Amino acid sequence: MRFNKDRMLAVALVSPSILAVFIFVYGFIAWSGRVSLSEWVGLLPNYEWAGFSNYANLLQDPRFQIDIRNTVIFTVLFVGGSLLVGLGLAVLLDQGLRGESFFRSLFLFPMAISFIVTGVVWRWLMNPATGSRISGLNLLFDNLGLDFLISRWHTTPQWGIAAIAIPAIWQMSGYTMALYLGGLRAIPESIREAARVDGATELQIYRFQILPMLRPITLSAMIILGHISLKVFDLIVAMAGKQVALDVPAIYMWTTTFDGNFYNRGAAIGMMLLLSVAVLVIPYLWYTLRTEAKV
Amino acid sequence: MTTLTPPRREKKSQRKLLLYIPLLLATAFYLIPLYLMLNTGFKSFAEVDLQTMWRLPSGLHFDNFTAAFEQLAPALWNSIRLVIPAAFISSVLGSINGFVLARWKFRGADFIFPFLLFGMFIPYQSILIPLVEFMRDINLYGGVPGLVLTHVIYGIPITTLTFRNYYATVPNELVESARIDGAGLLETYWNILLPLSIPSFVVVLIWQFTSAWNDFLFAVVLTSPANWPITVALNNMAGSQIIEWNVQMAGAFIAALPTLLVYIFLGRYFLRGLLAGALKG
Repeated sequence: MRFNKDRMLAVALVSPSILAVFIFVYGFIAWSGRVSLSEWVGLLPNYEWAGFSNYANLLQDPRFQIDIRNTVIFTVLFVGGSLLVGLGLAVLLDQGLRGESFFRSLFLFPMAISFIVTGVVWRWLMNPATGSRISGLNLLFDNLGLDFLISRWHTTPQWGIAAIAIPAIWQMSGYTMALYLGGLRAIPESIREAARVDGATELQIYRFQILPMLRPITLSAMIILGHISLKVFDLIVAMAGKQVALDVPAIYMWTTTFDGNFYNRGAAIGMMLLLSVAVLVIPYLWYTLRTEAKV
Repeated sequence: MTTLTPPRREKKSQRKLLLYIPLLLATAFYLIPLYLMLNTGFKSFAEVDLQTMWRLPSGLHFDNFTAAFEQLAPALWNSIRLVIPAAFISSVLGSINGFVLARWKFRGADFIFPFLLFGMFIPYQSILIPLVEFMRDINLYGGVPGLVLTHVIYGIPITTLTFRNYYATVPNELVESARIDGAGLLETYWNILLPLSIPSFVVVLIWQFTSAWNDFLFAVVLTSPANWPITVALNNMAGSQIIEWNVQMAGAFIAALPTLLVYIFLGRYFLRGLLAGALKG
């Protein structure tokens, strides 16, 4: 009797949340999907059937082609850079140096800050002005005699998006460091000792013993950073506003929908973003849940 | 062997000293933006100049912070009105959901779980248009309460899963013995699991506090200027041609301060949430 009452109570407690997620996530995705197949332009909803024409138009759209190119460049540099910096810092911190916990906290603090704050500050660090108005990092390089490093940063024609990866790496590399450091700490000292006895140098131990063992962490980090990269939005808005040269799908979706009232196109961009994230994340989730179930 | 040990140890400590070079370079990289915010913030208006931005201030002046605070005060208040209820409601909901999902195996639980998990990853652009339409329909568009509701709902997956993973580690005997003593579902939760899960509450509260404080996308789409939280107001300030860069630096620091303080004082919990939940972008 009591058991049944409890069971009903349990269902009553969770069902509002589960219902909310199904409506606000999956119901709304379906609704967006319907908008992306409509003729809705302007403030009033218009669900007249448009087939896949919005998607076809997007793929022909020069601005969307810039978006795809920018996303690819940004993703490669941001994910690659964060992995390299994070791994490098983790290996450094794994050497038993004094002040380790201080450095670890330091490399992680940018994660507590918003992309907006990061963008506002880096926008001035990456001030592209030259000559007598030189400032930011360029001024610092100039003073240090490192003039070859002076750059136009995110105002570089064609490749400006590459500069945006730097603040993104600044913000997220501490996270990959924490992941790798956790991985390194989980490797038993006996493995290193055994390799040392066999005459391996420290470098060889890392190259042939430890790096292969960190592969699963690299894969998780790539997927997590990769999906953040596909969604990149606020960092670019804070650094550069709405410039077409630095456009990405998330910004295009925002401006075309809420400034331009092209709801049909905005919904199509949202659906394509969802598709790209799903292709990346679903196999990973499926694999993780399966291995978890086995354990 | 004894003669070999000292030079070898010396070599090792030299190698360790060399390792500090890349470490200090990295430290500079991470500190530069913080240096710029504080260094510029503490200058007087008179000594602010882009060409001398790296030079230290002559003393501690608060011109920039005062000016930035005057600009941002309403937005700071909006952020506080947003973050406190969002973090609190999210944690309570997450705890109840996590408890039920960890303890009661009902049909369909395995089916719900992956769907909940995927909800953490979706790009919000794919639900933004319906969300705005819905908020308009229920008259919550433009204000802070609608934004609170949004953060609570889209926070359900992460908060539920964090609590579920924690409650799943609580030994079954504890719960069973309570049930044998005649405790019902709510008593078991209230007397046994809730007191055990205070650390998880801290983790989830911090996580939701940080995500809501730092969120820009939902805020910029759902709120009108009078209700802008700090991120939107700061971005607007940075995009304006009238407000000087030095005031922007001070404003950026003010916007970063609450989450930075949480990180400094509750870093352990912050990190735990991060490693469990950085999946959510």
